[in-house]
Amino acid sequence: MENMVEHLARERSMEWREALRKSIKAKDRTSLERVAMPEADPAERAKSHVEVNQGLSVQMAVEESRRCLDCPDPTCIQGCPVSINIPKFIKYIEKKDFAGAARSLKETNALPAVCGRVCPQEIQCEASCFYTLKLKAPPVAIGHLERFAADWERKSGKMFIPEVAPANGIKVAVVGSGPSGLAVAGDLVRLGYAITVFEALHEPGGVLKYGIPEFRLPNEIVDVEINNLKKMGVEFLTNFVVGKTATIQELKAEGYQAFFAGSGAGLPNFMHIPGENANGIMSSNEYLTRVNLMNAAHDDYDTPVLLGKNVAVIGGGNTAMDSVRTAKRLGAERAMIIYRRTLAEMPARNEEIKHAQEEGIEFLNLNNPVEYFADKNGRVNRIRLQKMELGEPDASGRKKPIPIEGSEYELEADLVIVSVGVSPNPLIPQSIPGLKVSRWGTIVVDEKEMQSSVPELFAGGDIVRGGATVILAMGDGRHAAAGIDRYLQKKNRSAS
Amino acid sequence: MNKIISIEHLSENVVKLSIEAPRIARKRKAGHFVIVKIGEKGERIPLTISSSDPEKGTITLVVQRVGVTSHKISNLHVGDSVTDVVGPLGLTTHVEKFGTVLCAGGGVGTAPLLPIVEAMHKAGNRVITVLAARNKELIILEEEIGEFSDEVVIMTDDGSYGRQGLVTHGMEEIIQREKVDFAVVIGPAIMMKFSSMLTKKYNIPTVASLNAIMVDGTGMCGACRVSVGGATKFVCVDGPEFDAHEVNFDELLTRLGGFRDEEFKAYQIFLETLKKEVT
Ligand SMILES: Cc1cc2nc3c(=O)[nH]c(=O)nc-3n(C[C@H](O)[C@H](O)[C@H](O)COP(=O)(O)OP(=O)(O)OC[C@H]3O[C@@H](n4cnc5c(N)ncnc54)[C@H](O)[C@@H]3O)c2cc1C
Ligand SMILES: Cc1cc2nc3c(=O)[nH]c(=O)nc-3n(C[C@H](O)[C@H](O)[C@H](O)COP(=O)(O)OP(=O)(O)OC[C@H]3O[C@@H](n4cnc5c(N)ncnc54)[C@H](O)[C@@H]3O)c2cc1C
Ligand code: SF4
Ligand code: SF4
Ligand code: FES
Repeated sequence: MENMVEHLARERSMEWREALRKSIKAKDRTSLERVAMPEADPAERAKSHVEVNQGLSVQMAVEESRRCLDCPDPTCIQGCPVSINIPKFIKYIEKKDFAGAARSLKETNALPAVCGRVCPQEIQCEASCFYTLKLKAPPVAIGHLERFAADWERKSGKMFIPEVAPANGIKVAVVGSGPSGLAVAGDLVRLGYAITVFEALHEPGGVLKYGIPEFRLPNEIVDVEINNLKKMGVEFLTNFVVGKTATIQELKAEGYQAFFAGSGAGLPNFMHIPGENANGIMSSNEYLTRVNLMNAAHDDYDTPVLLGKNVAVIGGGNTAMDSVRTAKRLGAERAMIIYRRTLAEMPARNEEIKHAQEEGIEFLNLNNPVEYFADKNGRVNRIRLQKMELGEPDASGRKKPIPIEGSEYELEADLVIVSVGVSPNPLIPQSIPGLKVSRWGTIVVDEKEMQSSVPELFAGGDIVRGGATVILAMGDGRHAAAGIDRYLQKKNRSAS
Repeated sequence: MNKIISIEHLSENVVKLSIEAPRIARKRKAGHFVIVKIGEKGERIPLTISSSDPEKGTITLVVQRVGVTSHKISNLHVGDSVTDVVGPLGLTTHVEKFGTVLCAGGGVGTAPLLPIVEAMHKAGNRVITVLAARNKELIILEEEIGEFSDEVVIMTDDGSYGRQGLVTHGMEEIIQREKVDFAVVIGPAIMMKFSSMLTKKYNIPTVASLNAIMVDGTGMCGACRVSVGGATKFVCVDGPEFDAHEVNFDELLTRLGGFRDEEFKAYQIFLETLKKEVT
């Protein structure tokens, strides 16, 4: 079989690619400037839920695509966890064959419209682009182009629905409808398996729906992808908590021959400091679920959400950034990030930090809460903060924050969102006897097949990694789908 | 979609409805609850499974009208559907043969108490149940509770039915009369607080079923957190039943009021729209 390098080389040598390469001199390509993503005006968008990044126009996309050198050794691909053939889809854009670009993305990535929006490209594909590595210049805007191609396809109304092999009648259960589960479902349904996706909430989509806000990833985009899976024959059963509504053992008795657990890391961490259970202090999961999934900020929806004048968000990850920007949009006068390290160590994406700064979010770095105080009704009104300084790097390679004795002071806050990480959801691990889990509660799998210690159970995404990214979850899903297929073929061969 | 098979108004503010939910009906045990949502724009609220019929595939819920969602439920009719029902959630009641079990239900707390009374009775315990409410009208499920109790004591605040007095009066009389080995208290947080203070005085191990505010019911959000023995627990996955003597009821009471202003406003708006529809 052809290996990856040969495959890429063969595709690259196709006539149309060669012709395009020759049409503009490499030197002229590298002298082009990176096309800026049009953004909604900071003052305006901080009052609404419109998407911040508005997407490249056709002209902009084609212009940006010209910067890509179609390198003989495309290092960018090594930076992408699902190895998208990046120059190929970008050259389709240069050729103005946008449908072709979308189709080639779908060869390896089931959710390009999502990844183009939320992937941390600056540390993945774009970090390994020739421009970044060799020219020390801004990389090709791979993420923006990926989003462009996917959006173009969706708006064209002619979405490419991959072909489905004839049904083989073998039932596979996917637990959780986040990106890992959707990827497994997409790959296996194409191979002819009968797929049921079980979802605990009343809507499918996982964090893409209940976590990431509209201004970064409109729910509609996720719904389109889910509808495509439905068209391909995937069955979605919402309001179904595997381990409660039925156990894996019971589903096995109903004829499911293999399982994929993509149940995510949905258990919010708290800091366990005095006063943390006061009203007006909640996890980012609760806050974002109320606003994103339950539409709490709309008057005609029944779910309530608390509004704050001085909102403090504890943490420095994507989740913290999403929460603080949501609070600003819901009318907070002061929306603050409280983070115990500095901007340089912040795990949130650069783009998010920049957008937050533009929107007037305050960053109280090198600060850590030590206690909360409440008013006579039990609602939080003040935080006691301690200042921090950075010491030597710790095990994670980041500089360790050290509290400064005697530096405590108080800050007014009437809404506090705790965003200090999540742990794996224990429902699935607890309900399966004999399943091997790590010290942190993640499901242990072999990395190649994504198979757990229970042979018919495969797993991936945050339940295995303990909080990672959309694209890593999807990559796991694709590996698991291949693993499940091999497992079932072998099993059914030896049975017959 | 879960179809409503029957609906019965137990009192002005309390309805009992049985709905289709075959899988839940088969799986559920005493202590379990479901989360329901009414309509596309509805809120998710937790309700105890009061009883079930695995053969017919139905579960029974008893709901007290306190706000928007419970009001919407009380307005449903046979043949309508409940948009979303998920469960059974929570841990099951720990049932064993304790000897004599004292069960106390306050108001609509009688509904979640019913399956526990039944399970305790079937495990061979002597079960004495105290039902308490403000007035006669609010005493519910007396007959069903009676079926599985060796004795039922009714207490009303105004003396309009049973004996006049608080739930704790009824409980204390029994405790003084005979040896009680275990107690279960379910009702408004304030009632559970005082009932558990009473059983603590007599050193009777006691569980309470906590009615914290919830969103997902699967441990994902932490809205339902309570302090038990100084540690933070999530009612939806670690409960809903806890050692009553370890629960910080004052914190629970405060947290139940966490959205009071928003809920009150929403309910007023809702009632206004109902009025408009009528006229
Ligand atoms: C606010 C926020 C912002 C983020 N921003 C980014 C970003 O910008 N870029 C990025 O790459 N990543 C981001 N992430 C991380 C990313 O979303 C996750 O890594 C990814 O969603 C994990 O996917 P998953 O498939 O493992 O599960 P999830 O998306 O967590 O979905 C799991 C699903 O399983 C369901 N489930 C759980 N248990 C059961 C059960 N027992 N039965 C049935 N269903 C069950 C859950 O309800 C949920 O729907 C963000 C995360 C959050 C919370
Ligand atoms: C595990 C569990 C089991 C429950 N079982 C039942 C049951 O079997 N029958 C039943 O009638 N109710 C039960 N409840 C309570 C029920 O969930 C609430 O009454 C319901 O959420 C109110 O919603 P609403 O929209 O009608 O009112 P809202 O507008 O949300 O609230 C109206 C008023 O009720 C108070 N309130 C809000 N949530 C709760 C709550 N969870 N408990 C007590 N008061 C609350 C508010 O402070 C407010 O004053 C249970 C709660 C839990 C956690
Ligand atoms: S999926 Fe993510 S990492 Fe891969 S090319 Fe697209 S944006 Fe880059
Ligand atoms: S490394 Fe950069 S320039 Fe080269 S093919 Fe990849 S995206 Fe294009
Ligand atoms: S209701 Fe969300 S964690 Fe319990």
